[in-house]
Amino acid sequence: MSELRFDDVTVRFGRGGRALTAVDGVDLTVPSGQVVGLVGESGSGKSTLARAAVGLAEPAGGQILLDGVPLRHRPGARRPLQMVFQDPYSSLDPRMTVGDSIAEAMPRGARRRDEVVRLLELVGLDADRVSAYPGALSGGQRQRVAIARAVAGQPDVLIADEITSALDVSIQGTVLNLVRTLQRELRLSMLFISHNLAVVRYVSDIVAVMYLGRIVEVGPARDVLGNPQHPYTKELLAAAPRRGSTALPPPDAVADAEPADPHHPPAGCRFHPRCPVGPLIRTDREHCLTLDPTTEADHRLHRAACHHAAGVLRAVGSNPPVLMELKEDSL
Amino acid sequence: MRTRWIAVLRTPVGAGAGLLLLGVLLLAVFAPVLWSHQANAIDTDHLLQGSSAQHWLGTDNLGRDIFYRVLVASRTSILLALLATAIAVVTGLALGSAPAILGKRGGRAAIAVVNIAVAFPGLLLALFFAVVFGVGAKGAVLAIGFAGAPSFARLTQTLVAGVAERDFIAAARIAGVGRFRMLVRHILPNIAEPLVVNATIGAGGTLLAFAGLSFIGLGVQPPAYDWGRMLGESLSGIYVHPAAALAPGVAVVIAGLAFNLFGEAVAKGLGVQVPRARWTSRTPEAVPARDSDAVLVVEDLQVSFPGPVTPVRGVSFTIRKGEIVGLVGESGSGKSLTALAVAQLIEPPGQVTAAELSFLGAPLLGRLPVRSTAATRRRLLGTSFAMVFQDPMTSFNPTKRIGVQLAEGAREHQGLSRRAAMNRAIDRLRAVRVPAAERRAHQYPHEFSGGMRQRAMIGMGLMGTPALIVADEPTTALDVTVQRQVLRLLETIRSEDDVAVLLISHDISVVAEICDRVLVMYAGRVVEDLPATELATGARHPYTRALLAAVPDLDTALDEPLAVIPGRPVDPARLPDGCAFAARCSFASDRCRTEDPVLVDQVACWHPQAQAEYSSFRTGQR
Repeated sequence: MSELRFDDVTVRFGRGGRALTAVDGVDLTVPSGQVVGLVGESGSGKSTLARAAVGLAEPAGGQILLDGVPLRHRPGARRPLQMVFQDPYSSLDPRMTVGDSIAEAMPRGARRRDEVVRLLELVGLDADRVSAYPGALSGGQRQRVAIARAVAGQPDVLIADEITSALDVSIQGTVLNLVRTLQRELRLSMLFISHNLAVVRYVSDIVAVMYLGRIVEVGPARDVLGNPQHPYTKELLAAAPRRGSTALPPPDAVADAEPADPHHPPAGCRFHPRCPVGPLIRTDREHCLTLDPTTEADHRLHRAACHHAAGVLRAVGSNPPVLMELKEDSL
Repeated sequence: MRTRWIAVLRTPVGAGAGLLLLGVLLLAVFAPVLWSHQANAIDTDHLLQGSSAQHWLGTDNLGRDIFYRVLVASRTSILLALLATAIAVVTGLALGSAPAILGKRGGRAAIAVVNIAVAFPGLLLALFFAVVFGVGAKGAVLAIGFAGAPSFARLTQTLVAGVAERDFIAAARIAGVGRFRMLVRHILPNIAEPLVVNATIGAGGTLLAFAGLSFIGLGVQPPAYDWGRMLGESLSGIYVHPAAALAPGVAVVIAGLAFNLFGEAVAKGLGVQVPRARWTSRTPEAVPARDSDAVLVVEDLQVSFPGPVTPVRGVSFTIRKGEIVGLVGESGSGKSLTALAVAQLIEPPGQVTAAELSFLGAPLLGRLPVRSTAATRRRLLGTSFAMVFQDPMTSFNPTKRIGVQLAEGAREHQGLSRRAAMNRAIDRLRAVRVPAAERRAHQYPHEFSGGMRQRAMIGMGLMGTPALIVADEPTTALDVTVQRQVLRLLETIRSEDDVAVLLISHDISVVAEICDRVLVMYAGRVVEDLPATELATGARHPYTRALLAAVPDLDTALDEPLAVIPGRPVDPARLPDGCAFAARCSFASDRCRTEDPVLVDQVACWHPQAQAEYSSFRTGQR
């Protein structure tokens, strides 16, 4: 039960001219006991953001706060953030039994044996798996062990980085059900990263969309998916499969554009080289080439980083922001 | 793991080397106890004599028996060599694993130290340390130990770096595991094997180096003696009685060989093991009449591996001109192996048999009687058959430009000139909508994004005039938005050039959108064959339905648990008697558990579901 807050976090790899800014000034809050789903394509920086939170990557700027206190990562100390990784085949030590792996993550002084058995049962594995090696388990079972290990650390916040994308569809459902049940039972705050919008929709209370190192839209899951503001969110929604669809959606105007190079992010709006409502299609929108839409994002619905987002908010005094107007012609 | 060590000792080389090493070590332990007296007995009557019945290998300048002295010297020689090896290993381990313990700055310093030390020749280091530590056994042990440390440190560093990349190390760090415990519990156990093997081989080298130092007088000092010193002392008399000089030399060779051979045998045994089997293929029987539209005909295809495991058990299907056929199933269902078998890419010891496997009317299986027809078949495959793999990162050669790689096939199979082939490559890149094709053709694969690389891969398939494109999970590694682009490209190619496509995927929603027909595979069989338009409503096999229900989409109910398929996929090595899906199926009856259903009327199930029962199934499953 804790709130995780990213405050203007920037993560950079390399130095000088060849530096790559994987995460660029991200503000994001994971409210206590809620699930924030983070979507975006590969290279958008969503995994880097997660790794920065757990101390596997060093932020070059900004702060990561847990309940308002900056996180510090000292080796050997208890970690209030735990993470479940994408690939269950590489995230478990092949030379360690399942029980040892789980016990290792426990805080000192815990009654380890009983606790390991309890955790195994919690994630739906037989207690006699304690002495099994990861090699004897299937992918889905390994991912359950990885989840048990993360929960064993008694985390305040759980980070799940693409935990189902290495699993078969038939297994994916059981792992998602497990994660959702655990999150509700333990009332965990959770950052759930996935490229699959349907999966994110299923587990998240809040959805954040990331593009080229920046959050371009964030808001309650139902609102963001029901009334997307940013053209990139719309593109993601259009690409997600729907039940019973037997034909590809018609191509949009800039369907074959190449994803931008994170080494050389475009000036102005980062999405403009691919944007279906941007300067590529509508030549009068030249300001997209030069003006950065993130600076004004707080005044827009879902904090959308788009000059042409429909919903605009205006703060009235110190009251919560209210929806002011909807521009008809802007999209 | 233990079984693999035992397996090493079962090979002839391993057993021989093991016995030899055991003998050498036993000798080192017991020889001084048994024969010290004989070795030190001074016989002034027989100084510097040749071999005789009394002294097999003659005597030295004090009349001591050389045979016994060689035996007794084994302890000093081997003990000192092992000590030096131990120093090299411990120092090397400490230096090599220092980066993991010290953190960023200290680690960088440790790496620099090792880098510099590795640059010096080992012998130079040994001589340098020998002078520093002084002449004598102790000095020589330290010298050789420290001289051997850099190469061991380098090896450790490389291995540690390899393991440190893996997720379980990151997971342990997040769990709050300290650096030292991390090294001992997580890193060392995972790199122990290559280290042990290298230490064993290193011991042989150390033995030799030590003999060398003693030989030039820097090692063991009198009255102690080892093989190197004995060799040095008797060298002056080598023309008078060679046995005295040769005996310690032979001892060094045998002991060194024992360590080296054992290390090599273990290294080989612990490496990748390939079971041996023969690659045979059944000659097709009489080819039945088929419709002329068929591009690919597969009849009763089986793929098996020694074990025996048969992951593909009698798959039959036909793909017609301009048709997109999807092949879906979970991992282990045999869908990729089916594709590889069609593409003739199953490597021995895998074995492919089929009643018929023909492409454009030409049989693909079986040895061809004439070499020229084999070449024809290769050309047919080279120009009319295209394969697209899952990971576009690894399917291009990273050191060659994209355009050159595309042109290669055209020059080989179509006999085009270099320029013509390059022009065609650029034209094809344009056809698969690679922007600025001319410039991109001169770029290397790493300069392409994943989606662009996948397009280039499809472009490569289009260099000829393909009749069939086999795409094995072509979009799995790509982002959703890019996925659509690649699928759309495949569809465009199909409609423009009438190319047939076999699309393999684990994602039934992808398949539903682009395919005309869908084959659902489970445990090496096609369990249902249905038009893609009927997937949503007309699926009759419980597995197809369960698979469809298990994929969450944007309309999935949020307040219910996701539908799942209970149990886990079957192990191809342990197939049940009846229907392979019976254990996971809620409709299974006794008949399902005993009788294996075959594909009748496009579905392999004893209880095919009617369309009306569909909705109840979806909500009834947990």
